[in-house]
Amino acid sequence: MSFSIYKYASPMTFYGLAGKMIPWFSWGAAILAGLGLYIAFFMAPTDFQQGEAYRVIFIHVPAAWMSMFIYMVMAFWSAVGLAWNTRLSFMMSRALAPTGALFAFLSLWTGAMWGKPMWGAWWVWDARLTSSLVLFFLYVGIIALWSAIDDRRRGDKAGALLILVGAINVPIIYFSVKWWNTLHQGASVSLMQAPSMAAIMLMGMLVMAIAAWFYSIAVAMVRVRGIILERERQTEWVKELLEKN
Amino acid sequence: MLRFLITVIRRDLLLAARRKGDWLTSQFFFVMVVSMFPLGIGPEPEMLRRIAPGVVWVAALLASLLSLSRLFADDHRDGSLEQMLLSPEPPVLLALGKALAHWLIYGVPLLVIAPVLGLQFGLQADVIGVLMLSLLIGTPVLSLLGSVGAALTLGLRGGGVLLTLLILPLYVPALIFGAGAVDATLAGLGPEANLSLLAAFAMLTLMVAPWVTAAALRISIE
Amino acid sequence: MHWASWSEFWAMGGYGFYVWGSYGALLLLMLVEIILLVRGHKQTLTRIRRMKNWEQE
Repeated sequence: MSFSIYKYASPMTFYGLAGKMIPWFSWGAAILAGLGLYIAFFMAPTDFQQGEAYRVIFIHVPAAWMSMFIYMVMAFWSAVGLAWNTRLSFMMSRALAPTGALFAFLSLWTGAMWGKPMWGAWWVWDARLTSSLVLFFLYVGIIALWSAIDDRRRGDKAGALLILVGAINVPIIYFSVKWWNTLHQGASVSLMQAPSMAAIMLMGMLVMAIAAWFYSIAVAMVRVRGIILERERQTEWVKELLEKN
Repeated sequence: MLRFLITVIRRDLLLAARRKGDWLTSQFFFVMVVSMFPLGIGPEPEMLRRIAPGVVWVAALLASLLSLSRLFADDHRDGSLEQMLLSPEPPVLLALGKALAHWLIYGVPLLVIAPVLGLQFGLQADVIGVLMLSLLIGTPVLSLLGSVGAALTLGLRGGGVLLTLLILPLYVPALIFGAGAVDATLAGLGPEANLSLLAAFAMLTLMVAPWVTAAALRISIE
Repeated sequence: MHWASWSEFWAMGGYGFYVWGSYGALLLLMLVEIILLVRGHKQTLTRIRRMKNWEQE
């Protein structure tokens, strides 16, 4: 078992493995997204309170989940990378960050698109919205730090450190904004408007969430392959690989 | 160990005393940013009282970031930072000392200036007292968290703006609890809850930030 | 199936702008990401090839 883990932790083997995984996850994402969209638009009934506008949640909730989940995965790889100095871990978190930022942005955008018809406001300073915004800022900061550091090793470790500091801070930020919100009653809006969510709606959201998950994996794999090639270009295996193609 | 800490702090204080221009710039930045708000918003006393806590706190965040971008830069340029990291003393103490020195040089003066600004915004004496207390507990957080960012962005092009981008989101809890304490006093509720939460955040930062700064310094130097 | 016609589907009960504004943004950004990725990967490959050729000369 441990043998195989070490085997796949080497960038060379992982390059091949990732290449084999990409089509599977891409097709999986496409099929699941098709199924999810079918459920979202043709099976899920009209919500009696929110009308058709609620259909935004089929992408809003998965996007919000993914933005948080990808950050957690990045924090995990950063911790692994700092603890054992494994090259691949840093590459993984670099490959994931742009997709995480994309989903963080989409969760804000779709949230506004859902909020406007439901609450009459594009944006409210609610705890969840505000911490999503801060999460998006964190992604932006991390990517900006990477792009400012030319030295690869320093960039890897500095980024990992910042990701971990952010990971400690995000729950505190969420809590503080929530606390702040209870003091300023004016802006508070109940987000829990749909207690009677139909099973089919939940089903649609889950399918879309798994599709987003597959999409993120596929995209991150393509990106990590690019990073591996770039970093290992002096090695024999990359030279052989380029000759073959 | 304590001797090393005191040496680091004393050294920075001495250097700051020689460069009064830098120090004054930062303080006047704070005063000017705060003074711009009534000009932009209008002179209604009721409105000014409402926004005063937030304005003073946001200006304090920006002022601290302005000075933080230079926290390690000079020591890095003349090589003394590397020497101190190579010395047998633990780098955590260096990080802690630098952050504390920054707080003494740039944080404490804000406490002295804040009451004057409070008067500009028509705050009562007891509210000004809470504002000072919140700054007393909160400004160390700014120096400590900011030192992490300063260490990460050490020697990078556009380091100052980058530092702002990295650290401002992390300042959010300090801003909320700090300004919230003053807000609560204005609203007739006690400031105790906010101040205790701010103090808890300050303790957590004090325990974590110096280690992270030390690690970041080692990454940036090697 | 509760849409009587395509125009009703696109109207989304009067919320068409919000619903399609969300799904459209998602589609657009994902397409941009995929195009950038594929192009970036090709560029990486050609760059490495070119560097290798220089070394051999």
